[in-house]
Amino acid sequence: MNPFSSGTRLRDMIKAIRACKTAAEERAVVRKECAAIRSSISENDQDYSHRNIAKLMFIHMLGYPTHFGQMECLKLIASAGFPEKRIGYLGLMLLLDERQEVLMLVTNSLKQDLGHTNQYIVGLALCALGNICSAEMARDLAPEVERLLLTRDPNIKKKAALCSIRIIRKVPDLAENFSSPATSLLKEKHHGVLIAGVQLCTDLCKVSEDASNHLRKNCTEGLVRILKDICNSPYAPEYDIAGITDPFLHIRVLRLLRMLGHGDADTSEYINDILAQVASKTESNKNAGNAILYECVETIMGIEATSGLRVLAINILGRFLSNRDNNIRYVALNMLMKAISVDSQAVQRHRTTILECVKDSDASIRKRALELVFLLVNDTNAKPLTKELIDYLEVSDQDFKGDLTSKICSIIEKFSQEKKWYIDQMVKVLSLAGNYVKDNVWHALIVAISNAPDLQGYSVRSLYKAFQLSSEQVSLVQVTIWCIGEYGEMLVNNVGVLQVEEPMTVTESDAVDVLESCLTHHSTDITTQSMCLIALLKLSSRFPPSSGRVKEIITTHIGSVVLELQQRAIEFNSIIQRHQNIKSSLVERMPVLDESTFISKRAGSSQANISTEKSNQQLPSGASLKLSNGVAKPAASPLVDLLDLSLDDTPVPTSTSNDFLHDLLDVGLTNSSSSASGTDILMDLLSIGTPVQSNTTPENGSSIKAKPNTATVQVVDLLDGLASNGSHPGAQSPVHPSITAYQSSTLKITFSFTKQPDKPQVTQIHATFMNLSSEAYTDFIFQAAVPKFIQLHLDPANSNHLPASGNGRITQTFTITNTQHGQKPLAMRIRIAYKVSNQERLEQGQINNFPPGL
Amino acid sequence: MIHFVLLLSRQGKVRLTKWYSPYSQKERTKVIHELSGLILARAPKLCNFVEWRGYKVVYRRYASLYFCMCIDADDNELEILEIIHHFVEILDRYFGSVCELDLIFNFHKAYYVLDEILIAGELQESSKKTVARLITAQLVETALMFNL
Repeated sequence: MNPFSSGTRLRDMIKAIRACKTAAEERAVVRKECAAIRSSISENDQDYSHRNIAKLMFIHMLGYPTHFGQMECLKLIASAGFPEKRIGYLGLMLLLDERQEVLMLVTNSLKQDLGHTNQYIVGLALCALGNICSAEMARDLAPEVERLLLTRDPNIKKKAALCSIRIIRKVPDLAENFSSPATSLLKEKHHGVLIAGVQLCTDLCKVSEDASNHLRKNCTEGLVRILKDICNSPYAPEYDIAGITDPFLHIRVLRLLRMLGHGDADTSEYINDILAQVASKTESNKNAGNAILYECVETIMGIEATSGLRVLAINILGRFLSNRDNNIRYVALNMLMKAISVDSQAVQRHRTTILECVKDSDASIRKRALELVFLLVNDTNAKPLTKELIDYLEVSDQDFKGDLTSKICSIIEKFSQEKKWYIDQMVKVLSLAGNYVKDNVWHALIVAISNAPDLQGYSVRSLYKAFQLSSEQVSLVQVTIWCIGEYGEMLVNNVGVLQVEEPMTVTESDAVDVLESCLTHHSTDITTQSMCLIALLKLSSRFPPSSGRVKEIITTHIGSVVLELQQRAIEFNSIIQRHQNIKSSLVERMPVLDESTFISKRAGSSQANISTEKSNQQLPSGASLKLSNGVAKPAASPLVDLLDLSLDDTPVPTSTSNDFLHDLLDVGLTNSSSSASGTDILMDLLSIGTPVQSNTTPENGSSIKAKPNTATVQVVDLLDGLASNGSHPGAQSPVHPSITAYQSSTLKITFSFTKQPDKPQVTQIHATFMNLSSEAYTDFIFQAAVPKFIQLHLDPANSNHLPASGNGRITQTFTITNTQHGQKPLAMRIRIAYKVSNQERLEQGQINNFPPGL
Repeated sequence: MIHFVLLLSRQGKVRLTKWYSPYSQKERTKVIHELSGLILARAPKLCNFVEWRGYKVVYRRYASLYFCMCIDADDNELEILEIIHHFVEILDRYFGSVCELDLIFNFHKAYYVLDEILIAGELQESSKKTVARLITAQLVETALMFNL
């Protein structure tokens, strides 16, 4: 006998491993065992193969790699005896998963075992198939499983039913074959078979509409009878759990009835009675009873129930909600979210209890309760609810604060009817959790303030007060700085004092103090510091006596190492020193931002974001290609460079709404200005460039940052000769002939070109894709790569579905900038990926036939 | 459906895993690691449901072992608690007052029991008596077993 054969028994190996004190020891033992197993396998040692696989499974559970044992499992499965097959199948299910190709080799053994005479072996095969079969295996072996559904042995029947569930999940097309055997299963008496049968029917309904109708017509009666029987049955020791006969069967039948009754009034009526019976009769002092009641309530909510039944359901939920058991309360909160759509009044009655749950010590319950509260808010209860939530915000955990803050902000925004209340609440939230507040939220606050002239004095004073207390909240600081800059004189002169305000005196130097402290504080970030600088400039105009002090403060930053701050400091300093005459008009009150355009822009750009993000996700990773449908560098467009708007290297597909508002708030720094809609900004600028009015004193003319929402004035000046070209890029007639860029037996691509006469390096290409085959293409993605001296910017295609035989076309536009225009011609490599009947195809090519002069 | 079953000891050691959804070996280790961190850190009085990656994980602690089952978001969590208890009671009946050591040294038998209770992530048999009978019958089939 080989001295290296695995002499240790399984038990001894486990003992040895458990006795190891360190990880290194354990590894050594495992290594030794693995070596022994490996040599035993290579010698084809029949006697110990059973033991080897058992050991391998244990080693696998510890986390070590065990691939070498996979073939051994297959050998064991193919052997004749029951014990070997059993451990072989177990090893198979543990060591392999369905994605491995090795699994296919088992198909033949499985087929033979499914037809075996020994019923336990058939059971083993069904179990293995049901747990890990892949789609191909499912297709191959489905007929065998169908046959087994009709045997008499209940053990085989129930296993075959569950195996069929897996088959139809993997291959939904096979569902029709299983419809009629499934219905016959429902007539059985054996509970195991019934449970499996009901589950099979439920999955059939999910997968196939026909099966659903078939079941609805033929089986509803039978199901109700089953439910009645077990509901009314006397004590049955075999199935009894906590005084209820077979709660599992209860629950599954209820679920199937829900699927059948959903959307169908007749069926719903038919099952009304039994549902009422189950709902009222089931005792709820044990978990089993509660599980049944839970399922019953779900079913009532899911079908077209009578109002009496609905009331019953909501009462049950109310009882659950006041139960002391955390699980029950969690489940109740979950269900109440669905119940809102059914009967929101009833749910509103439980509002106080739900609010209590928001403060619960259990994180899962808090989360559910918060979402439920959010759904419950309406105009009448918005104010007290918000107050409660803000009070809780003060004491909540750190990880919960983020969620809570964003929910509170959405509520405030949606339901604020008066501006004053909105401003009050926002100031409170900013003071408590400013660091969790998203940028667009406090931008909206600023828009609101600028639109409410009578409240501006009040706002700036409240912010000032709040700032004294909570200056570590960044968003609060930023809003305060902006407001002090804009409305500083209201603060100092107590303009527009409302009745409810306490008297407060703030001197000019106090205001400047605030800004100075922000500027010099060690933890202030660059954005805030930049905002401070511009606010100081504004104050130097509004508070002439403090101008000297302001100048000193600004001068200290002339030598700052941060480019942005240095630039601002130098410019502002020069304004204060030398341009006294235009200073006041430079820093006049900011023009009012139109709220409706702001809101629609935000909605529009967030939609644009969604589409660019979606198309971004379609792309494969790893780009040596300049990717399509996404966001290439808009720096390619000379216009954007001129305006110095987007300085990013990496595209930022989010927060486009912040573009113009950032500019407005003078926060347009490298990180925050987004490049995702470089074109958006352009359109804004260009579209308001049409009514040309010349004006020699633009506001903020010295600042390079453009304000797209303000007067057309400075835009025209800046754009200077470009504005006269009109607002549409690429509106010119084509001056270059179209080419067929690429043609294969299945696809044809044509390019047509447009150029603008003043931009010889830039070409717009309109690509048209045509499907030459007889099958439609889906998920159509076009990608292009260009040499280094060319820059490429792709716009999204108009669709990614290409009908067959040229019945429809996809068009896509992209812009090319040839930095070596006139010296080197254009060249491009393209790659097209699409799906034909669920198979992926790829076509590649090179385009060299660009017309000269591009 | 139940996506996987996981038995963890208090120290985070895996005692049993059964996967009903496709997870590669790498993904499995990652999942186990994540869930151990999540579940073992929970205080005792909290509810037995954890939301994780869009699924729900129902767990229950029996002595030193955590029995975890991962289900879809729309499944009945209370029923899964019952299924876990069903499994534990059958193990108890089979091993005679089961403890963690039994599950360590006889893990393959624990798997056999699990295979009689769940297939394809769904419940197979609600009668403890039937399950016990089937297991014993298969034991007889393998009675000519050699020493493991």
